[in-house]
Amino acid sequence: MLLRHTSKEVKEREGLTINPAKTCQPIGAMYAALGIHGCLPHSHGSQGCCSYHRSTLTRHYKEPVMAATSSFTEGASVFGGQANLLAAIDTIFAVYDPDIIAVHSTCLSETIGDDLQQITKKASDDGKIPDGKYVIYASTPSFVGSHVTGYANMVAGMANQFAESTGEKKSQYNMIAGWMEPSDMREIKRLAKEMGINIVLFPDTSDVLDAPQTGKHVFYPKGGTTVAELKSSGDSLASFALGSISAEPAAIALEKKCKVPFETLDIPIGLSATDRFIMAISKMAKIEVPDEITAERGRLVDVMADMEQYLHGKRVALFGDPDQLLPLTEFLLDLSMKPVHIVSGTPGQRFDKEMRVMLEKRSPETKFKSGLGADMFLLHQWMKNEPVDLLIGNTYGKYMARDEDIPFIRFGFPILDRIGHSYFPNIGYNGSLRLLEKILNVLMDRQDRDALEEKFELVM
Amino acid sequence: MEANKIIPDPAQVREELIEKYPAKVAKKRSKSIIINDPDTIPEVQANVRTVPGIITQRGCSYAGCKGVVLGPTRDIVNIVHGPIGCSFYAWLTRRNQTRPESPEDANYIPYCFSTDMQEENIVFGGEKKLKIAIQEAYDLFHPTSIAIFSTCPVGLIGDDVHAAAREMKEKFGDCNVFGFSCEGYRGVSQSAGHHIANNGVFKHMVGRNNEVKEGQFKLNLLGEYNIGGDAFEIERIFKRVGITLVASFSGNSTVGAIENSHTADLNVILCHRSINYMGDMMETKYGIPWMKINFVGAESTAKSLRKIGEYFGDEGLKARIEAVISEEMPKVKAAVAEILPRTKGKTAMLFVGGSRAHHYQDLFSELGMTTVAAGYEFAHRDDYEGRQVLPGIKVDADSKNIEELKVVADPELYKQRKTEAELAELKEKGLEINGYEGMMKQMTKKSLVVDDLSHYESEKLIEIYKPDIFCAGIKEKYVVQKMGIPLKQLHSYDYGGPYTGFEGAVNFYKDIDRMVNNPVWKLIKAPWEKKSTGLAASYVTQ
Repeated sequence: MLLRHTSKEVKEREGLTINPAKTCQPIGAMYAALGIHGCLPHSHGSQGCCSYHRSTLTRHYKEPVMAATSSFTEGASVFGGQANLLAAIDTIFAVYDPDIIAVHSTCLSETIGDDLQQITKKASDDGKIPDGKYVIYASTPSFVGSHVTGYANMVAGMANQFAESTGEKKSQYNMIAGWMEPSDMREIKRLAKEMGINIVLFPDTSDVLDAPQTGKHVFYPKGGTTVAELKSSGDSLASFALGSISAEPAAIALEKKCKVPFETLDIPIGLSATDRFIMAISKMAKIEVPDEITAERGRLVDVMADMEQYLHGKRVALFGDPDQLLPLTEFLLDLSMKPVHIVSGTPGQRFDKEMRVMLEKRSPETKFKSGLGADMFLLHQWMKNEPVDLLIGNTYGKYMARDEDIPFIRFGFPILDRIGHSYFPNIGYNGSLRLLEKILNVLMDRQDRDALEEKFELVM
Repeated sequence: MEANKIIPDPAQVREELIEKYPAKVAKKRSKSIIINDPDTIPEVQANVRTVPGIITQRGCSYAGCKGVVLGPTRDIVNIVHGPIGCSFYAWLTRRNQTRPESPEDANYIPYCFSTDMQEENIVFGGEKKLKIAIQEAYDLFHPTSIAIFSTCPVGLIGDDVHAAAREMKEKFGDCNVFGFSCEGYRGVSQSAGHHIANNGVFKHMVGRNNEVKEGQFKLNLLGEYNIGGDAFEIERIFKRVGITLVASFSGNSTVGAIENSHTADLNVILCHRSINYMGDMMETKYGIPWMKINFVGAESTAKSLRKIGEYFGDEGLKARIEAVISEEMPKVKAAVAEILPRTKGKTAMLFVGGSRAHHYQDLFSELGMTTVAAGYEFAHRDDYEGRQVLPGIKVDADSKNIEELKVVADPELYKQRKTEAELAELKEKGLEINGYEGMMKQMTKKSLVVDDLSHYESEKLIEIYKPDIFCAGIKEKYVVQKMGIPLKQLHSYDYGGPYTGFEGAVNFYKDIDRMVNNPVWKLIKAPWEKKSTGLAASYVTQ
C-alpha cells in the first residue's frame, strides 16, 4: 500500500494537515498573471516560491512558465525587500522587456510588512517603469485562503489597476474567468461568439499555456488579455463573474471603480450550470439562444438519457476547489450519481452555505468539509469507512485510487501525470459531454475488467 | 571527442551573453561566465546572490534541506512548519523511490505533513500549533523520528522549532524529534539547505546506534537520493561484489541505517555539493575517510568500484569487482556499439544541480558526445575548480549565517580506519581520499562554464551553439523544446532511469538516442511553411 499509514479511525486534528487539498496563494496569482498578454509574473519573496510555482505550473501544462523572483536573502528579510524589488524591476525591463510586470507577495514579504503599493509607486516615481509599461501588484499572503484566493486577488488587481471608465459604454460584456484551464477559456470565447456577444475575457491563458510548437520560444505568446482590453473593461455593459470565490472579487472591484454591474455565476461545468450561464447571457444581452447551442445541449442530454443505467447511484468521492466542486457536484446529481464525500482545503463561508443548501435538497447524507482540516487524509479515511465507485480530483488522488482500487478521474489542479486538460474543455455542453465520456469510460472499463467471463458484454 | 559542429569562439559568446544586461548586472555575471582551461583552471564566481529579476533556476534553502537531503528517507515523519505551499510543492515531486522491506514497514514518502499556518499563527506565534501537530503525528503514526522544517515566516516571527522539538522528544521518550532552521531566505540557494540538513542529520541521527553489524567491506553511500531508482542499481552492484551498504544518505534509506552509519569503514560520496559536510564531519568524529566516486557512467562505475576495492585492499574483493565488471560490461559495450554511430559528434549542454552537470558528462562522452558548455545551479567554487581552492574561498555574509558545527573526535567511537601511511600509499595508487578535483578539470579547453545560468543566457547559448541536447530541469524543459531542441531533465530524469551503474548507463544511452534522433524534431515545420524557405536549399542538403 502506498498510503499504508492511513487508518479507518477518524480523529479530530487541530494542528496537523496531512495530504492537503489546496496549496498557497502565490501560485494562483502567478497563473492568473500569465493570462495577461505580454506580462511577466513576479514573485516577491524567496527564490524557492517562484521556483516551486513555476515547476508545478510547468508540470501541469507541459509548457514554458516564465516568472521572476526578488530573490530574498537574509538581509532582505531583515531590512525589507524594497531594494530587491526595485532592482528586479530594472533587470526585468532591461532584459525581458515585458509590457507588464505583475508582482505578487509571499508569506515572507507579507510577514516583514513590505507594501507593494508603496514600492511600485516608488518604482514609478523613480522612473524605473518605462513609458507605456506597467507594474501591477496583488497582495497574496500564503497564510490566508488558498491558491484560489491568490488567483482571485490577482484578477481583482487587474480590474482595479487597469479598468478605466471613459463615460462612454462599449457594446461588450466582461467575462471574468474563475480558475479554469486555457481550453475552458477558449470554450468561453467560442460560446460567447455563438451567442453573438462581444466579451472581454480576463484572465485568458489560452494561446499562452497551450502554445504551438513552432521551433521558436515566444517569450510572450500571442494569447492573454491585452492592456487595451483590460482598460476597456470599465466601459463594458456588465460583468459575468464565473465563480464566486475566484472571479467575483474582480467583478466587485469593477463595480466599485467603474460602476459596471455584475452577475455571479457558477463556472459552467455540467448541464445545469451551463444552462444558467447561457440563460444569463441571453437575459442580460436580450438575445435568443441560437439553435446551435440548443443542439449542443441536446446532444449532452441525449447521452445522459441513453447511458443513465451506468451512472445511476454510482458513489463518488471528490476533492478540489470550491468554484469547480459546486457545479461538478450538481452535474453528478443531474447524472443521478451519488456524491458521498466532498473535500476542499479552500475555506469559504459562502461556498459552504451554497454546497450545504444544494446537498440538503438533493443528497442530505453527503459528507462535506472545507477549509482547515479538510484534507485528502480525511477524505481517504471517509472512503475507507464508506467506499465509493469513483474518485474525482487532482493527480494526488491516484495514490488513494490505487490503494482502494477504484476508478479515478483527474479533474482540477494540479494534473501532473496526464495531458488533455489544457486542450479539451470541461465546461459548456460540449465540455460536459467530454467529462461525461470520461466518467462513463472509467466506470465501464471497470465493469469490463471485473465481469465474470459469462457476464462479459459485447454491447453496452 | 570532436564535435561535428564548429564550436563558436567562447570569448565572443561571453560578450554576447552579458551585452543586454544593465552595467552592474553585466559586471557581476561576467565573473560567473568562464572560458575553461583544464590545465590552469580559472576562478569561477559561484555561491553568490542571484540578481533579482534575472530569472534563475535556483530554489531555496528549504528545498535543499527537506526536499533534497531529508525527503528520500522513508520512515521519518517530515512536518513542514509554515503555510501550506512549501509542504505541498515538495510532496512526491522529486521522485525519491523507496522500497520498504515489508508491507508493514513505515513509509511516509507518499504523505505530506504541514502545520498549515494561518494568519493568527503568524501574528501570535505558531509554536503551540506546531506542538499540537507533532503530538497528532505521534498519536496517529508512532514513528521513530519526526523532523520539523522551518519555512520563511517561522524564522521571522521567532518560533523556536528546536525548543519545541526537544520538549516533545522528552515527552514521548520513544520518538526522536528534531528541527531544521532551513527558512527559504537563508543562504543564496538550495545549497544552504544541504548544509543545514547535514548538520541536523549529523547532530540528531548519526551515532545513535553503535551495534556493529556483519559485513567485511562496509561503507556508506553519501549524496545518492535514489531518483528514478539510482540507488537500487548501486545496491545491486554492491551486493554482487560483496560490499555491505551500511547506510545511504539518503535514497531508499531508513532512520535505523543512518543512526548506525558511523560503524562503516568508508564513506563514498556521489553528490559532493549536497553532502560533503557529512563526509568531513564523520571523518573528524569517527575516523571514517571519504572518497569521491561516481556511479554515473559505465566506465566511471567500473573506476569507482576499483577505487573502493583498492581502498579495502582485499584481493578477493578486487577479484570479484573485476569479475563483475567483465560480466556487466559486454551489455554496455553492445549498447554503445549500436547507438554510438547515431550520437557520435553531437553536442550537449548541462546546467543543473551541484554535481549532475559534472557526472553526466561521463555518460555523454561514452556516447561520443561533446559537452560544449556546463554549469551548476547552486554549487560552490570547489565543485568547479576542485577542493584545493577551499582555503581561499571568502566567507560572505550569506554563508556566514549557516552554522559550521564544531566537530571533535569522539572519545569512544573514534577509530582511525587508515593510518597516515596507509592513506599516503593509497594516494600513490591514485586514490584521492577526502578530495574532489571538480568539474572543470574534465572539460575541454575553451568550453564554457556558467554558474547560476539565467533564462536569458540559456536562450542565447542555444541560439549560438545550437546543441543537440540540453540538460536542465522542469522549468527549462518546455522552453528549450519549443526551440526545437530536446531537453533531458537531470533532476527528475523525465520520469525514467535509473541512470547509475551499468544498467543505468544503458538506459541513458537509449534515452538520449531516442531524444536526439526522434523524428518529431523534423516535423515541426508544416509542409506549406517549408516551401517559402526555398526548395532549392532543401534539395542541396539532401
